[in-house]
Formats: sequence, structure tokens, C-alpha cells
Amino acid sequence: MTDAALTTDNLAVTYTGNRNVEALKGVSIEFPANQLTAIIGPSGCGKSTLLKSLNRLHEIQSNVEISGDVLLGEQSVYDTDEPVPELRRRIGYVPQTPTALPVSIYENVAYGLKIHGDYDSRAELDEQVEHYLRKVNLWSEVEDRLDAPGAELSTGQIQRLCLARSLAVEPEVLLCDEVTSALDPVSAETVEETLESLKDEYTIIMVTHSMDQAKRLADEVVFLYLGDCIETNDTRSFFENPQHERTAEFVSGHTVVGDDDDDESEPTATATTVEAGR
Amino acid sequence: MAGSTESSSHRLDRRLLIERLSSRWLQGAGYFAIALFALIVLALLYQSLPLLSEYSLVQALTSSNWDPAQNQFGFLPAIVGTIYVTALTMAMGTPIAILAAIYIAEYAEGRAKTLVSSFIDVLAAIPSVIFGLVALIVVVPVVGDYLAPAVGSSATGLGIFTVSLVMAIVVTPFMISLSVESLEALPDELRESSLGVGATKWETIRSVLLRAAGPGIFSAVLLGFGRVFGATIVPAMLIGGQTHLPSSPFATGQTLPTLIVNDFGELMSLPLTQSALIFVGLMLVVVVWLFNFTAMFVRRRLQRRWQY
Repeated sequence: MTDAALTTDNLAVTYTGNRNVEALKGVSIEFPANQLTAIIGPSGCGKSTLLKSLNRLHEIQSNVEISGDVLLGEQSVYDTDEPVPELRRRIGYVPQTPTALPVSIYENVAYGLKIHGDYDSRAELDEQVEHYLRKVNLWSEVEDRLDAPGAELSTGQIQRLCLARSLAVEPEVLLCDEVTSALDPVSAETVEETLESLKDEYTIIMVTHSMDQAKRLADEVVFLYLGDCIETNDTRSFFENPQHERTAEFVSGHTVVGDDDDDESEPTATATTVEAGR
Repeated sequence: MAGSTESSSHRLDRRLLIERLSSRWLQGAGYFAIALFALIVLALLYQSLPLLSEYSLVQALTSSNWDPAQNQFGFLPAIVGTIYVTALTMAMGTPIAILAAIYIAEYAEGRAKTLVSSFIDVLAAIPSVIFGLVALIVVVPVVGDYLAPAVGSSATGLGIFTVSLVMAIVVTPFMISLSVESLEALPDELRESSLGVGATKWETIRSVLLRAAGPGIFSAVLLGFGRVFGATIVPAMLIGGQTHLPSSPFATGQTLPTLIVNDFGELMSLPLTQSALIFVGLMLVVVVWLFNFTAMFVRRRLQRRWQY
């Protein structure tokens, strides 16, 4: 087992809206470096909450309380003097819905580079944009229309554009939230191939509700259930020899798996699931 | 069995008949709006003909001599006054509206947000005549006694600047509300995508959110523009009602709508004057129409360029 790139230490997240909802109940997980870890579990069990709390993205919501910590290597993500934007540069995030920024294809990839000033000349910027578009296998499809709005691409292409945009700032960890769930099967396969080609270079943490996808792509699997981390294991052991009864049930399909549009950031959905589990 | 088939086929016939009628009826309602607009333009045009047959259009639009008693109809002072007021109001109101909208949509939280946005809604609901009244008591003396002398003008306090200031207060709440709506309608994924590569909140607002909400904010500003351009009661109360070319922002003046309300009652007996005032109405309608038309194209371009 390789060193952990990212570790959570008793991380708990509570939504404090009309009533308190514990979305994560203190989970401690190690995410190994340069591997692809899949987070699986039924709808509303805290998958997206976990992912967003890893780079403090949940902070854009106002009614969230958090305890515990996340460690990026040895460094605390929550108890730190490092500015949050810099932390988020090091821990990138690709949302579930393919989202092009309201700028051209070129500017979508150049966005982070320009913000951080990671280039010396226009030629170098051009080079970088091409480099990352090639890395996500999008270059040949867009090289003759780099000035077109990013949103004019197909959803599958936009999702690869999002990957290129995130990779361009060279994050140490890349968080992907069900990045293929909004795509048709062919586009999903292309995005999977792209992730496959990236996982040796980057630490990728991916939320998915497709067990098949986890089997195909992941090196490690984390199983969340109602805000608790039930089991983490390497993919083969996880599916062939589950250690917990809950995992065995889930893997064999006995647990009701949620529908496609699960949204863990919605406290009410979490609340019903939590209560149903008691 | 046969009976039920027959009744269900009757039922289908009736449903299809209603379907056909309803689409006709709705189409009729839609065309009625167009007909109404055409009717207004034609009525105004017809009533403007007496003036247009006596004076050339160019002469009427470029002459600054407005003296109905002498049959002198120069519209330039009112046109300049309207442009002056509209430009000054938008210059003061637009930046404040956009900044306030950003604050409410992206920064304000909890009680502060509720407080600020409910007060803005209250401001938007106050009839503009109230703003005119309060301005007569408060703004006019301040402008006349302090502000105008401070920049070396002498003025009563009634005039272009006072009107613009008050109109900015009248239309800004509308522009804020609409801009907040378009910012809040943006999906969180846009914010997450930008923050997720290490952008700060302000960078996200400037480079992503203002573009994505751009077409909506553009519409909000246009709506404000339309309200200022056609504003009648506040300018009529505060502009001073003198039909001359304004020499400074603190000078009195006239706008196209105030020209109509100030002169209509007393000069209605003079047919040519009535025709001249109706022509002012025609100008207002045509300009608003052209403006909306252009705005539609600009908005479409923005929507394409800044789609997300």
C-alpha cells in the first residue's frame, strides 16, 4: 500500500437548517496516493458531502457545521494558515453536472492558469492549454474551434473539458463527483478511459453509485452507509470478499440503491434516509 | 361495449374540438397585442400629421425654440433633457445596483440578507410620487443650498441633477431585485467549478458569475432604463419645467414626458400644439420600441457568448 495523499480524521458534517442532520458521523479514511479511490453507497448516505468537505467546498453553503480534520499529506486542511483558494488549487474538484464556464473552450482550460499566473508568455499558455486538452483526449475534437463557447460542446466533451480545466492547475488530488452520471453510455466510456489514463499520475477520489464503474476503474473502494464509513478495501477484496455484512448485502444488490439523481447536499433527503435506517 | 366505445369516441371528438378552438383563441389573444401596438402607433401618427405637414421633421427635432403661442415647436430642449436625465440616472444607479445585487446574492447571509432584500423590495413598491414629495422637502433644498453652490452653480435645487438623483433611487431597487434573481438562479456547479481550481470568491464573481448572469443583469438594467426614459411624475415635480437647453447638470429643463404633462392641459385648445405634443408621444413609443428591439439582439448575442 502506498502512502496516503489525503486522510480524514474523524470527519463529521452536520447540516444545521430547520433541524440538524448529521450527513457524516465522524469518518476516518485514508486515500492512497496515485490511485483511484471510489466512494460508493446508496443515495443520501453522505458521498457528495464527504467529497466536498475534502477541499472545503461545502463552505459555500451557509448552514454547515464540521468537526474533525482532513490531512493533505501531513498538512491540516481545516486548521491551517494556508489560504483556502490555494488549498483548493491543490485539491481540485469536478462537479457531477458537466459545467462549462461562460467563456471559450480555450479560456475554460486557461482559467486556472491565468488566475495563478502559471505561465510566462502567451505561447506558453497556448502550449499548456493544448497539453491538457490532449491529456483528456479532447484536443483533436476542438483544436479548430478553441474560441467557441465551451457550453456549445456536447455534455461528454464538456465533462472532459472540466477535467482539463481542473488538471491545468496541477492539483495533487482530484475529486470527481459522479462525473459520468449525466452522460450517455458512449460519452461515459470516453470519460472513464480518460480517468483510467490519469490515475497513475494523480490521486483521484471519485464518487459513483455504479458498482460496475467502481469495479472497472477503482483501485480502492470506500463504502459509506448513512454517514458512516462501513468498509474500505482494495477493489478486488471489496467485491469478492467483503468484510462486513452490510457490504456483502450492498454488493449483492440487497440494499436498495438510490435512483440516478441522488443529491446528498439536500438535507431532507439525508434526513429521511437516516430515519429509515434507525 | 359498443356504447362505451361510442361515448369514448364522442369524448375524443369533443377534446379535439376544444384543442383546435383553444389554439385559435390563444393565437387571437397573441395577435391582439400586436394589433394594439399598431393601433397606438397609427393613432399617434395620424394625430401628428398636422404638425408634420407644417414643419419639417429635421427642423422640429433640431430647433431649440419651443414657444407654442408663437407656433414654434423645437423639440431639442426636451430631447436633450431626456438624454441628460437618463444618462445621469443610469450612470449613478447601474453601478450601485450591480454591486448591491452581488452583495445580496453572494455575500449576505442569514438575517442581514433578509433585512437588506426586504427593504429593497419595500423601496421598489413605494409609488414614485412619494419619492417626488420627499425629494421636494429634502433633496431640493440640499442641492440648491449646498451641492450646486459647492460646484460653482447657482440653482433653486429643481433641475436635471435632482431628477436624476431621485430617479436613480426609484429605479435602483428594481434593478437590484432582478439582478439578484439572475445571480441566484445560477447553478452552484459554476461556483464550485471556479472555486475548485483555486479561484477566490471575487475572481469567481468577476470572471464567471457576472458573465453567466450577464444577460439577466443586462435586462434588469434595460428595464431600469425604460422606466427612467418614460418617467413622468418625478421629473414633472422636480425638473423645473423650463423648456430651454440645460446649461449645466443643475439647470432646470424639460424631458419629453414632462413636456406633455406640463403643456397638455392649458394648450389643448391650440390644434397645432396638441399635434406637437402627440408627436412627442410618438417619439417616445418609437424610441422605446427601437430600443427593445436592439436590446433583444444584444441579449441574444450575450446569451450565446456567455452561455454555460
